[in-house]
Amino acid sequence: MTDVADVSDVLAPPVPGTGVEEAPDLHLPAPGGHGPEDGHVAGHGHEDHGPTGILKWLTSTDHKVIGLSYMITSLVMFYFAGIMALFIRLQLTSPHSSLLTFGQYNELFTMHGSLMLYLFAGPFAFGGLANYVVPLQIGAPDMAFPRLNALSYWLYLTGSITMMLGFLVAGGAASFGWVAYAPLSNATSSPGIGGDVWIMALVLTGFSAIFTGVNLVATIFYLRAPGMTMFRMPVFTWNMLVTGILILIAFPVLTSGLVMLFCDRHFGTHIFTVTGCHLVNGAVTNTCGSPLLWQNLFWFFGHPEVYILALPFFGIVTEILPVFSRKPVFGYKGMVFATMAIAALSTGVWAHHMFTTGAVLLPFFSFLSLLIAVPTGIKFFNWIGTMWHGQLIFNTPMLFCIGFLLAFLMGGVTGIMLASPPIDFATHDTYFVVAHFHQVLFGTAVFAGFAGLYYWYPKMFGRMLDDKLGKWHFWLMFIGFWLTFMPQYVVGLLGMPRRVASYPSNLGWQSYNVLSTIGAFIIAFSFAILLWNLWKSWRKPVPAGDNPWDAHTLEWFTTSPPPHHNYTHLPPIRSERPTWDYNHPDAVAVPHGIAAETASRARKKEPVA
Amino acid sequence: MVGGALVLAGCKLPTFGEYSGSTTQGRSEFHLWQLFFIAGLVVGGFVLLLILWAIFKYRRKSEDMPKQTQYHTTVEILYTVVPILIVIGLFVFTVLAENKVDATPAHPGATITVNAFQWGWEFEYPGGPGSGCANPASSSANQNDCVKVIGQTTQDPTMVIPTGTNVQINLKSLDVLHGFYVPAFNFSRYASPGYTTTFDFNALHTGDFRGQCTQLCGLYHSLMFFNVRAVTQAQYASWLHAQQAALSANPSSVPKLPSGVSNGTASTSSPSNNLGGDLYGD
Repeated sequence: MTDVADVSDVLAPPVPGTGVEEAPDLHLPAPGGHGPEDGHVAGHGHEDHGPTGILKWLTSTDHKVIGLSYMITSLVMFYFAGIMALFIRLQLTSPHSSLLTFGQYNELFTMHGSLMLYLFAGPFAFGGLANYVVPLQIGAPDMAFPRLNALSYWLYLTGSITMMLGFLVAGGAASFGWVAYAPLSNATSSPGIGGDVWIMALVLTGFSAIFTGVNLVATIFYLRAPGMTMFRMPVFTWNMLVTGILILIAFPVLTSGLVMLFCDRHFGTHIFTVTGCHLVNGAVTNTCGSPLLWQNLFWFFGHPEVYILALPFFGIVTEILPVFSRKPVFGYKGMVFATMAIAALSTGVWAHHMFTTGAVLLPFFSFLSLLIAVPTGIKFFNWIGTMWHGQLIFNTPMLFCIGFLLAFLMGGVTGIMLASPPIDFATHDTYFVVAHFHQVLFGTAVFAGFAGLYYWYPKMFGRMLDDKLGKWHFWLMFIGFWLTFMPQYVVGLLGMPRRVASYPSNLGWQSYNVLSTIGAFIIAFSFAILLWNLWKSWRKPVPAGDNPWDAHTLEWFTTSPPPHHNYTHLPPIRSERPTWDYNHPDAVAVPHGIAAETASRARKKEPVA
Repeated sequence: MVGGALVLAGCKLPTFGEYSGSTTQGRSEFHLWQLFFIAGLVVGGFVLLLILWAIFKYRRKSEDMPKQTQYHTTVEILYTVVPILIVIGLFVFTVLAENKVDATPAHPGATITVNAFQWGWEFEYPGGPGSGCANPASSSANQNDCVKVIGQTTQDPTMVIPTGTNVQINLKSLDVLHGFYVPAFNFSRYASPGYTTTFDFNALHTGDFRGQCTQLCGLYHSLMFFNVRAVTQAQYASWLHAQQAALSANPSSVPKLPSGVSNGTASTSSPSNNLGGDLYGD
C-alpha cells in the first residue's frame, strides 16, 4: 500500500452516531478553491506500482479498472444485440421475407433479448457504472472484496463468451426466447447444444451478479467515509444498495432454476415437464412435474430483475438532473423510500407475466402491480420538482435524462394498462407488450445509461466527450426511438403477435413494421455517432478537469481519473452534496422541516441578495 | 363516478386503436381499455406538461443561484396520496371487468374443447350440449358423435360457435405452451400441457374472426393460425347435427364448415405462399 497517512484517516470505518463535528482531520485544502487540483497527486507519490498495459487489465483488482472492463464488455454486447435487432427489423419489413429462416429468426430474437437483458443492461449498470462510481461516491478506496470483484468480472466475461459461442454449435444458438419457457426449452422440443450453452452462460453470469450484489451491499454498509451517514449517500448509491439486495433475492432463484432445467434436459428429471407423469385411470399422479413452476421461478427472478435493471438508471438520472438544474434532489428522503417501496413491491408482482395462464390469483397480483405506479410516480414528481425553479442547462447528459423522462413516462402509462388483467388478456404477447417493455428498458438502460456514460466519462478518462456530437447522438436516437416503438403499439392492438418471423400480408401490418424498421436504423446510426465521439476524444483529448459539470457528489472532488485508491483527502461531508457544499458554501440546501411556504414568506419579508 | 359515466358512455368514445370486442367479454374489456386509456391520457398528459413546463420555463438565463429547495411537505403528501386513490379506482374497475371476462356460468349453450399442438389446432365438439368428446381411453359408444376439426399450419382450421349464448372453451395443449388469441374478442389464454383452462365466449354477432398462436412454441410458431366462425344458434345446431350424421354414416368423413356467413371480413390469408423452399429447409 503506497498511500500515506492522511488516507488512512479516510479509511477509518465510520463510527455510528458520530456527527460531522467529530470527523477526523481530513487535511482540507483552503476553502474557496474549486477542488484539490493543486498537484496533490504528485505530492503524495501516487504511482500505481502494479503492472501496466494489458497485464494491468488482466490482473487488476482495482474497482475502477474492473468497472471499465465491465462497461466495455457490456457495450460490445450492446452493439452485438443491436445488430441482431436490425436483422429482426429487416425480416419484418415485408410480410413473407426470405432474409432469415424461421429457425434463424428464433435464434436472433432469443439472443437479442438475452444479450440486452442479461449481458448489457444489468452488467453495464451494477457491474460497470456502480463498480466505478459507488466507492468514489462514498469515499471508499475500493470495493469491500476486490478479488471477489475481479472474479465477478471474469465470470461475466466467460459467460458472455459462452453465450456468443451458441451461434457456433451444431443446431445453432438457443431459440426458445429469453424466458426459456418450459416445456419448449426441454430436451425434446429444443434438443440442440445451443440451449445447454445458453444455460451454462447464464449460470456463470448469474454467479457473477450474485458476487457483485454481495460486494455492493458490503461496500456501502462498511466502507463509507467519516461523515457519510446513510442519509447523506447520493441517491445513485442508495439505488445501488437496494439493487444489490434485490440481486441477492432474485438471482439465486434464476441460477437454481437453470440448474433444474439442465437436470431436466440431461439427467432425466421431470421438474418442468408433464411427460414424466404416470396416468392412472386418466388422472395425473403426484410424481408429475409442472411447466408452470418454471414460469413461477423465472418470473420470481424476472420481475425483480426488471427493477434490478431500472433502479441503477433511476439513480443515474437522480444524479444528473440536480447537477444540470443547480439544485439539490427534490424530496431526497421520499426518493429513497420510494426506491425501497419499488424493491419491496417488485418481489410480489411476478405473476403479472402469467395472467393469461388462467392459473394465478388475478386481483392480488394486479393490485400490487398497479401499486408500483405510486412510488414510481413519486420519483417522477421528485425529478420534476428538482428541475422546478432551477437553472437548467442542456448538455448531453441532461438531454439524455429528458429523453429518459419522456420515454419512461410512455412506458409507465402503458405498463399501468398491462397491470390490469383484462387488458393484458387483450394484448398479452402482442407487439403492444413489445413496445411497452422496449420503451421502459430503452428509456432506462439506453437513455439513462448513456446519460451516465456522457456524465461520468470525464471522471473516468479526464477528457470530455464532444457536446455537439453528443447532441446529434441524442436527437437522432430520440427520433428513432419514437419512430421505432410507437407503431408497434398500434400494430399490437391490431393483433400482431410477438416472435413471429412472418405475418399475413392482407391485414395492414406492413406499413407499421416499415416505420419501425426505419426508426431502428436511425437509432443504429446514432450509435455510430457515439463511436465517432469516443474515437475523437481518444485522438484529440479535451481535458476535463476534476469537476467539469460543477457537480454535487464526492466523486467530483478527486482527480479525473482518480488516483489508485481514489482520495488523498476529502471535504467535510455534511449533506448528500459534499463537493457542492465545499464549492458553494453560501448555497446550502434549505434544511428539512422548513416548509417552502414558510421559507418563501420569510424571504418576502427579508429579501436575500 | 366519473369512471362509471365513462364506462356507460363507452360505446360513443373512440376505440383508441383496440377492437370494440365481438363478445360480451371482449366488450367489457374494451370499456375498461377506454377507461384506462383516458386515465392514462389525463395523468400522462399532466406529467408531460409539468416536464415540458420545467424544461422551457427554467432554462438557464443567468448565473443567479436558484433557491436550494429540497422539501415541500404538502406537495409530497399530495403526490403520494392522489396516485394511491387513482390506483384504487383503477383497481375497482379492473376487478369488475375481470369478473365479467372470467365468468364461466354453469350450463353453457355449447362446449368446445380446443387442443393446441405444434403447429396447429384441434376443435372437438360434443355429442350433446354440455358434454365433451368421450375420453379416448373409455369405451366408445358416442365416439361417432364427436366432431373433430383438426388443422395444421397450412390449413387454418375453423372453430364454429353459436352467437347469443355462452360457449365454454376447454383449452389444452398436447405438447408445449401455446397462446389461444382472437384479437377481435380482446382475449388470449395460454394452452398449457398438464391442465385444462376454461373460459367463455358470448358472441354478439355472426362473423368470421381470425385467431393466432401468441406464445412462442417452436419453429413454425409464426404460422399457427385459426379462424372462428360465429353463426346463429339454429345454424350451429343444424351444422353440428349434419356433421354427426355424416360421421355416423362414414367415420372417416371430414367435417365441412357451415355456410351462410359472409366470408372474408376477417379471415387470414393462407400463409401457404410462405411454405416453399428454405422456410422449411432450416
